[in-house]
Amino acid sequence: MDIVVPIKFVPDLVEELEIDEGTGQLDRTFLRLVPNELDDHALEEALLLKEKHGGTITVVAIDSGDVDETLFTAVAKGADKVIKITGEGYEEGLSSHACVELLAKALGDLSYDVILTGTQAVDDVDGSVGGLLAAKLDLPYVGYVTKAVSEGGKLVVTKEYPGGLLAEVETDLPAVVGIQAAEQAPRYVVTSLVMDAMNNATIDETEGGEATATGAAEITAMRAPEKGEAAEMIAGDAGAVAEKLVQIMKEKGILS
Amino acid sequence: MIQLESADRFLAQMSDSVADGERIRRCLQCGSCSGVCPFGFAMEYPPQAMIASLRAGELSPLLDSDSVWLCISCYACTNVCPSKIPLTVGLLSGVKTEKLMKGSVPEELQAALTSARRYGNTLGESPRKRADWMKDLNVEVPLLAKEKKPVDVLWYVGDYPSYHPRVQQVTRAMAKVFHALGVSFGILGPEEQSDGDVFHLAGERGLFELLAGKNAKTFQKYEFKEIVTTDPHAYNTLKHEYPKLGYSFPVRHYTQYLHDHLDKLKSLMTHPIEAQVTYHDPCALGRANDNHIYDEPREILQAIPGVELVEMGHNRTTSICCGGGGGGMWLDGFAWEKAGARTSEWRVLEAVHAGAKVLAVACPYETPRFDDAVKSTNHSGDLVVKDIAELLSEAITG
Amino acid sequence: MSDVWVNVETLRGEITEISYTMLAAGRVLADGLEGSLTAVLLGSGAKDLSGKLGAADKVAYVDHAALADFNPEAHLKALTALAKSGAPRVILFGQTAMGTDLAYGVAMANGFSMASSCRTFKVEGGEPLFEAVTCGGKLIADGKMPGPTSVATVMPGGYKPESAMVDKTPGVEEVSVDADLGTLRTKVRGYIEPDTSDVDISKIPVLVSVGRGIGQEDNIGIAKELAAALKGEISSSRPVVDQGWLPTSRLVGKSGKSVKPKLYLALGISGAPEHMEGVPDWETMIAVNTDENAPIFDVATYGATVDIMDLIPALTEKVKAATGG
Repeated sequence: MDIVVPIKFVPDLVEELEIDEGTGQLDRTFLRLVPNELDDHALEEALLLKEKHGGTITVVAIDSGDVDETLFTAVAKGADKVIKITGEGYEEGLSSHACVELLAKALGDLSYDVILTGTQAVDDVDGSVGGLLAAKLDLPYVGYVTKAVSEGGKLVVTKEYPGGLLAEVETDLPAVVGIQAAEQAPRYVVTSLVMDAMNNATIDETEGGEATATGAAEITAMRAPEKGEAAEMIAGDAGAVAEKLVQIMKEKGILS
Repeated sequence: MIQLESADRFLAQMSDSVADGERIRRCLQCGSCSGVCPFGFAMEYPPQAMIASLRAGELSPLLDSDSVWLCISCYACTNVCPSKIPLTVGLLSGVKTEKLMKGSVPEELQAALTSARRYGNTLGESPRKRADWMKDLNVEVPLLAKEKKPVDVLWYVGDYPSYHPRVQQVTRAMAKVFHALGVSFGILGPEEQSDGDVFHLAGERGLFELLAGKNAKTFQKYEFKEIVTTDPHAYNTLKHEYPKLGYSFPVRHYTQYLHDHLDKLKSLMTHPIEAQVTYHDPCALGRANDNHIYDEPREILQAIPGVELVEMGHNRTTSICCGGGGGGMWLDGFAWEKAGARTSEWRVLEAVHAGAKVLAVACPYETPRFDDAVKSTNHSGDLVVKDIAELLSEAITG
Repeated sequence: MSDVWVNVETLRGEITEISYTMLAAGRVLADGLEGSLTAVLLGSGAKDLSGKLGAADKVAYVDHAALADFNPEAHLKALTALAKSGAPRVILFGQTAMGTDLAYGVAMANGFSMASSCRTFKVEGGEPLFEAVTCGGKLIADGKMPGPTSVATVMPGGYKPESAMVDKTPGVEEVSVDADLGTLRTKVRGYIEPDTSDVDISKIPVLVSVGRGIGQEDNIGIAKELAAALKGEISSSRPVVDQGWLPTSRLVGKSGKSVKPKLYLALGISGAPEHMEGVPDWETMIAVNTDENAPIFDVATYGATVDIMDLIPALTEKVKAATGG
């Protein structure tokens, strides 16, 4: 089974997210970009599929400035090929539509059975890469998947619904699957193996050119959520907070 | 670095890459290591059994078992071995490396390692906030990047002292002590990365080397006479491991540094602390690499007016680890499940038994670990945990 | 064109709650645009469900055997064809397992503009506008929805679904679509029922909910003790369940349960949208998180930034003392 895993780079929520007052958009000066967590899960699911059924894994990332380490880490984990799409201005931030345009172009000549990618990314405002890419490539798409197995030349995926309900969906290949969670947490790979990959593996580069895709709704401004009726904060150490909470709970009739 | 498939290659690798590593072949199978190990009773393969297995040509049973993660790198085994085998750094870390190479690592430790690689600290915090502990502090803490002038002391602060709320209290106390003594010092702040000692001990040598390289490059930017650190693990690695990578900087633990200034400290400490105090010897200052720094901390404590020093049953070379080293900080849940015991709880009980009201420590993992152990052994109110820096600060300012 | 369509979701013969949220949102848009609101219902022998869609001006019902279960491909084909034969100004989908399988495809295939994770809408000067939640709830994006047709996916929380649960029977038009629903590459094999052996947390008034901040599996026990002392149950956000520390039956959020408890104690939970979706209503929410910027503090009733590992044992002790339990 030949698998492609596109990885999207998104703002790291550990850092403070600030709005550039001039543009009303996200201030990218001190932004740290990290691989989308669900794309890490997609890679993990791909590795599990490869371990079970053999085949190859190709990881693709758009060069937003600092993607090499992630790509070499993918190699260290077991990816066979890693591709970086290069071009001007990608570090300014690309819409999902723009990402999909670049990915579709890069995947043009490749043959693959399935594209696994995170079912969404934290900074999606114009839809998610998986669903958009599937439509662009005219491939079937199933999202919110937590397990994928190969059966008789088809892919059988487990799709999550609310309340813990699951559905088994079978799809012809090639197909695009949006991963909600891999069957196991993304594995750890020791730094020395990543270093080995950095020294021995190569990242294939492909020129993406200008991302002209339209289709994203127009963002006029970004802002922090209104504090509005924010929480009444309780000061003090754990003991003091516990005291106050017991008091509150008594008032609300929670403690009998 | 290839994944070692066989016991022979493990032994050969240890002989080649670890100082005195070849001594593993001279193991007497006396069992002293397994006996002195705080978790030896709960390990499927305590050190002695590991060596027996390796000499029988079998590496995979050691890798199938996860009991190596009970090892807290306390150096008790290394300290007691009659053949002087570098067990902690060679055998135990080596087996941990093999496990990591297979991708087999308890989740919490994995999170700490991943965080250190991405953020330069094990707590998953933004590096930009590394010096936030000094906000609202009433003394100035110079940032070397801003000061741009030579200092006597480059104060290497560390992860937990920078970010963990309990240990930040110790860091602030230390800043006040430096100030009271008029020390010329500065910190790296956001430029500082994790020292890497615990990753090296936990088997992630590559991560250690990556971080050491970054720190060394940063140190080289500034002019200072020595590095002084509040973290024994940082002391240990800066002194013994960084030089092996070609990064040599003079380094002392803060108790060694302050010991030089004991007379001045005495004159400043005008607020007595009337209490029986016992001192816990950190592994990284004591047994590790034969550092054996036992007297300076004690002399400092005895210099505090009102303090009566008492000793616990295990002290100096026999000190019982707090359980935080070598990755133990992030394996507590694992250890609790497997062994049903915490070394930090044993230690707290020893302190209470010794008649102490204050358990004095000098390592950033110890303050939160012993605080928790005081609560979990129901001794809140009987025993209080304080870093030596906190006691000094209190004795100076009241 | 000023009409609005809502893609009604049905799961095992029931209309999902997000459909009503969308109808409420759709009403705001349709009224603002001075157009009509159509509920688009796809199914097989499901026409009677139209009776619940009175909040819309009319129902467009597409009947086909292939639409009996939610088959992403069949539904996508039907909707794309429907849109091609005359698209409205706005089409709304749920930001859900079903909606997101469809929305992006419909937008891409027809060249419609796309806005996702939308919470509320308004119309100004004849132009539809949206407000979306992004970056884990830390940022809001305001935007325009360019025509001729815009597609938006809708998160819960911006409108009360109850406001669209009306006792009115709308006009129903059965529509056929020019799409080959007989030849499909995707097939629904069946369903796996959730494990009902565990307690149903949506029926529990007091929930002690733990998030990533709980740190390790060992600490779950301490949280369970607190839940027991409060005569409640433990629940969690996604990371805890993904680690296997609690079963899926305890998951609160997008793929888990939706709860409306008397007391929701959120410990070490940041308040990201996927989790908050699972708590559409509560009487009292107490949030404890060492990150003072955690989005949950924007909505909780009370908050504290102490370490939950210090708070939980302290609180358990005091609760037990107060209740003599």
